[in-house]
Amino acid sequence: MSTLLAAAGSLEPAVRSFLSPTGQEIVFLLVGIAVLGAAVVSVTTKQLVHAALWLVVTLGGLAVEFLLLTAEFIAWVQVLIYLGSVVVLVLFGLMLTRAPIGRSPDADSGNRWVALAVALAAAGTLVTLVVDAFRTSWIDLSPGAGSTEATGTYLFRYWVLPFEALSVLLLAALVGAIVLSRNGKGRIPRPRPGKLRTPVRSVTAASKER
Amino acid sequence: MNLALPILVPVLPALGAAATLATGRRVPGLARPLAVLPVAVSAVLALVVALQLGTGTTLSAGTELTPTGGPHLTLALYLDGYSSLISVLVGVVATCVQVYSTAYLKDDPRYPSYAALVSLFTAAMFLVVYSGDLIVLLVGWEVMGICSYFLIGHHWETADARSASLKAFLVTKLGDVPFLFGIFLLGADAGTFRIQGVLSAAAQGRLGHPTLIALLLLAGVAGKSAQFPLHTWLPDAMAGPTPVSALIHAATMVAAGIYLVARLLPVFLLSGAALVVLSVMAAVTMVGSALCALAQDDLKRVLAYSTVGQLGYMAGALAAGDREAAVFHLVSHGAFKALLFLSAGVVIHAAHTNSISAMSRMDGLRRRVPDAYWTMGIGLVALVGLPPFSGFFSKEAVLTAAEHAATGEAITNGLAPASAVPSAAGWIVLVAGSLTALLTAAYGARLWLVAFHGRALPEPSPAQVAANGHEAGAPYSPEIDEADPAEAEPSAMRWPLWVLAVPTMGFGIAGVRSDWLPALLDGGSLRPSLETSVIGTGLAVAGLLIAYAAWRTAAARQTAVRLQTPDRVPEQAGPPAVEQLPADPGRTLLGPLFGPAQHGFGVDRLYSALFVRPTAAAARLVQFLDREVVETYVRGAGTGTNALGWLVRRAQNGNAQAYLSALVAGAVLLAVLVAVGS
Amino acid sequence: MHLAYPAVLAALLFCVGVYGVLARRNVVLVLMSVELMLNAVNLNLVAFDAWLRDALHAGQALTLFTITVAAAEIGLGLAIVLLVFRTRGTADVDRITALGDPAEAADETATEEAQAAA
Repeated sequence: MSTLLAAAGSLEPAVRSFLSPTGQEIVFLLVGIAVLGAAVVSVTTKQLVHAALWLVVTLGGLAVEFLLLTAEFIAWVQVLIYLGSVVVLVLFGLMLTRAPIGRSPDADSGNRWVALAVALAAAGTLVTLVVDAFRTSWIDLSPGAGSTEATGTYLFRYWVLPFEALSVLLLAALVGAIVLSRNGKGRIPRPRPGKLRTPVRSVTAASKER
Repeated sequence: MNLALPILVPVLPALGAAATLATGRRVPGLARPLAVLPVAVSAVLALVVALQLGTGTTLSAGTELTPTGGPHLTLALYLDGYSSLISVLVGVVATCVQVYSTAYLKDDPRYPSYAALVSLFTAAMFLVVYSGDLIVLLVGWEVMGICSYFLIGHHWETADARSASLKAFLVTKLGDVPFLFGIFLLGADAGTFRIQGVLSAAAQGRLGHPTLIALLLLAGVAGKSAQFPLHTWLPDAMAGPTPVSALIHAATMVAAGIYLVARLLPVFLLSGAALVVLSVMAAVTMVGSALCALAQDDLKRVLAYSTVGQLGYMAGALAAGDREAAVFHLVSHGAFKALLFLSAGVVIHAAHTNSISAMSRMDGLRRRVPDAYWTMGIGLVALVGLPPFSGFFSKEAVLTAAEHAATGEAITNGLAPASAVPSAAGWIVLVAGSLTALLTAAYGARLWLVAFHGRALPEPSPAQVAANGHEAGAPYSPEIDEADPAEAEPSAMRWPLWVLAVPTMGFGIAGVRSDWLPALLDGGSLRPSLETSVIGTGLAVAGLLIAYAAWRTAAARQTAVRLQTPDRVPEQAGPPAVEQLPADPGRTLLGPLFGPAQHGFGVDRLYSALFVRPTAAAARLVQFLDREVVETYVRGAGTGTNALGWLVRRAQNGNAQAYLSALVAGAVLLAVLVAVGS
Repeated sequence: MHLAYPAVLAALLFCVGVYGVLARRNVVLVLMSVELMLNAVNLNLVAFDAWLRDALHAGQALTLFTITVAAAEIGLGLAIVLLVFRTRGTADVDRITALGDPAEAADETATEEAQAAA
C-alpha cells in the first residue's frame, strides 16, 4: 500500500479513499455539478441571451473551483476577465448580430445529433482515460500556493518574457479587432456573386423588419 | 533448265494483279491488257516449261529462307509431269476466262478489282501447282480461298452473293483447319515440309501416323474440292459471275484438292482406311450430286452439281490408287467444264435468266446463240462421256482403275503394291461410278432438252420471262447482268468457247497410247478396258434414252393438259401452275425424290440445324452476356464512381460544423484505437 | 483532494464545449462554447499544477496566458463575426457555406430561396 501511495506522488501518508471524502472534496463536487449543469443548459437552451447568462454561472462556478484548488489569483482573474469582459463581449456580439430575444426554435443546427454522438464518445473516452490514469492520485493542497504574492513572484521572475510576448499578442489582437470592425466603406471587397449565400435584398429586408 | 521461267509463271499474274489494282481506278483503260497479258504470258511460259521439262524428268530446286528452329521452310519448286500438265491447263483456262471476262463484265464498274482477283487467283493456283514445299503450297491454297471469297461475292449488292461468299469461305476454312494440322503432322513425322522429302519418307515407311495424316488432309481436300460433307458451298457459289464459276470449277480451286492428293498419294496409299473413307466420300458425292443435278432448275446450279460429281470421280480414282486416271479426268474435266460454264454464261446473257424452265419458254434461244448452243452440246456430250470425246476416255480410265482395284490388281504405277488398295474401295467407286454415269447422262440430256428444245409459250417476251422467271421454290442463284439481250455475242465471248471445244473433243486421245500422256505422268496405262467401256457407255446411252423418253412423255402430257384449258391467261399473277411448267424429265424420273433433290437433300438445312443455329444461339448468348452482364460491370464502375463522387461532394457542403464533427470524431477514434491497440 | 474530481470535471466540461461548438447555429454561441472548452483546459492546468507542486508554477502561469489569449480570441472572433454578419447578413454557421461545392451550394441556395419565397 505504501509503495502504491509513494508511486502516486503523495507526500503525506494518510488513509484516503472515495468513501471518505473530505469537506473540500464535497464542496468541489457540488460546485462541479452546478458548473456542469450550467454548462449543459448554456449549450442547449433555446434562448440565446440566457445561454450567455448561464455561461456566467458556469464561469463563476469555475472561479470557485479555482479557489478550492488554492489558485486565488487565477480565480479573481477569471472573474474579472471572463465574467467581466468576455461575457459582456458575448452579449454585445449577440446584440450586434441581432440575435432574437426569447425562444428561437432554430438555435441548434441540423448537425445536433452528430454533435451529440461525437461529444458523448469523446466524453466516454476522456473520462475512461482520466479515471483509469488518475484513479490513485491525490492532490496535497497547501494554502497560499496561488496567492497574489506567489503568482507575482513566479510570473515576473520566471515567466516575464512570455508575459511580455503575450502583451504584444494582445496588442496585435486589439489592432486586428479594430481593423476588422471598422466600417470601411469600399475598403472591404464585395463578395463575389457566386459565393453570396443570401441575396442582399433579404439583408435589407431583414434590417427593415427590425 | 533455266529456273527463271517456272518462277515467272506464278509471279507474273501476281504482279499483274498488283498492277491492275494499283492502276485500275485511275487508268481504267489499262485494266484489260493488264488482266489478260500476264495470264496469257504465264500460260505460254507454263507450256514452255512443260516442253522443256519433257517427259520422265523432274525438277526440284529450293532456297531456304531464314532458318528457323523447327523443320526448315524452303521456297521450293517441284516440277514433274503432273505439275506441267495442270499448269498448262490452269494457264489456258485462266487466259480464256480473262479474255471472256473482258466482254462479259464489260460494263461492270468493278471490273479492275475483279480482273486483279482473277489474276491473283491464277497466281495462287500456279503456286500450289509448282510449289515443292507444303507450307508454301498452303500459302497458295489460302490465297485461293480468300480470292474465291471475294470473287463469289463480286455482286455484293445481292444478299445471295454475300451469303454465298461467306459460306464458301467458312466451309472451305472448316476443312482447312484439319488440313493445316495434317500438314504439321506430316512435316513432324517426315522431318521436313519438302514434298520430295515427305514422299521419300512415305516410301521408306517413316511416317508414324499415316491414317491420321491422310484423314486430316482429306478434310481440307473435301473442303476445297467440294466433296460430300463439305460440298455445300459450291452450288451456292454460282452467285458469282459466270467466268468465275468457270475458273473455280474447271481449273483452279476445286482442282487443287485433287492435285494435292495426287501429289501425296503415296502417303494415302499407306492407309487403307483413308482410301476407303475417300471412296465412300467420292461415292456419296457422285450419286448425291447427280441426283441433285437432275432436279435443279438453275442452269448454273446443274453445272455446279455436275462439277461436284465429276470431282467425285477424280476422288474415286484416287481412292482406287490410280492418280494418273484422276489427273487425266481432272484435265479433261477442266476443259469441258470451263467450256460448259462459258457457254452457259453466253446463254444466260442471251436469255437474261438462269432458269432452264424459263429458257424453255423462249422461242428461238438456240438460234440466237448458235456458238453457245453447239459448244454446250459438245461439252455436255463430253460430260456424259460418249466416245470419242475427252470425257469418255478419262471417265473410262477412272472406271478401269476402280475395276482393277476391285479385283485386287490396283494400278498404282509402282507407288505401292497393288494390295495397298482395299478392294472394297474399288467396288464402291465402281458401282457408284457406273450409277453416276447413268444419272449424268440423264441430267445432261435433260439440261439440253429443257433449255433449248422447250415448247415456246404463245408470248415469249424475254423481259416477262425474266420477271416471273424461275420455278417457284427452287434454289436459284441469280446474277446481276447488264448486257442487252438483243445484242449479238461479242467475239471475245465466242472464241474462248471454240478454243476450249478443241481439247474437249480431242484431249481424250492423248491417253490411248502409253507413250503420249502416260509417259508424262507415271507411265501406266490409261487405255480403257473393254468391260468398263461397254458398261459405262451403255449406261450413258441408257441414261440419254431414258431422259429423252421421259421428256417426250412429259411434253405430251403437258400438251394434253394445255389443250384442256386453252383459255388460261398466261401473264396472270400468282405461282406458276403445273401446266405452266415446262416438260421436265427430271420430275418424271425422280418422282418423290424430286423435291429433296432440288434442295440438295436438305444437307444445308441439316447443317443449319446442327451448326448454324447453335452457333447463332451461342452468339446470342454471348451477346446477352456481354450486354447484360459484362456491360453491367462496366456501367457499375461508372455508376459506382459517380455515386462515390456524389457522396464525397455531399461531404464538401461547406458547413464548417460538419467538417469539425468529422475531425473530432476522427480524433476520438484515433485516440481509442491507440489506447486499445497499445 | 482526489485528482480525479477536477480531471473528470474538466473532461466533461470540455465535451460539453465540443457539443456546443458542433451543435450551435449562432456563431456567438459557438464562441461561447469555445470559451467553455478553454476553461476546461484551465481547470486541468490548475489542478495538475497543484498536484505536481511545480516550483515554476508552469500550470498557473499557463492558465493566465490562456485566459489572456482567450480574451484576445473572443475579441477577434467577435470582430470577425460582426464582419461576416455585415457582409453576409447572417450569423448562422450552417448558412455560411462558401467553402463548399458550388453545385451543392447552388442547390441549397435554390431551396432556401424557395423557402423564402414561400
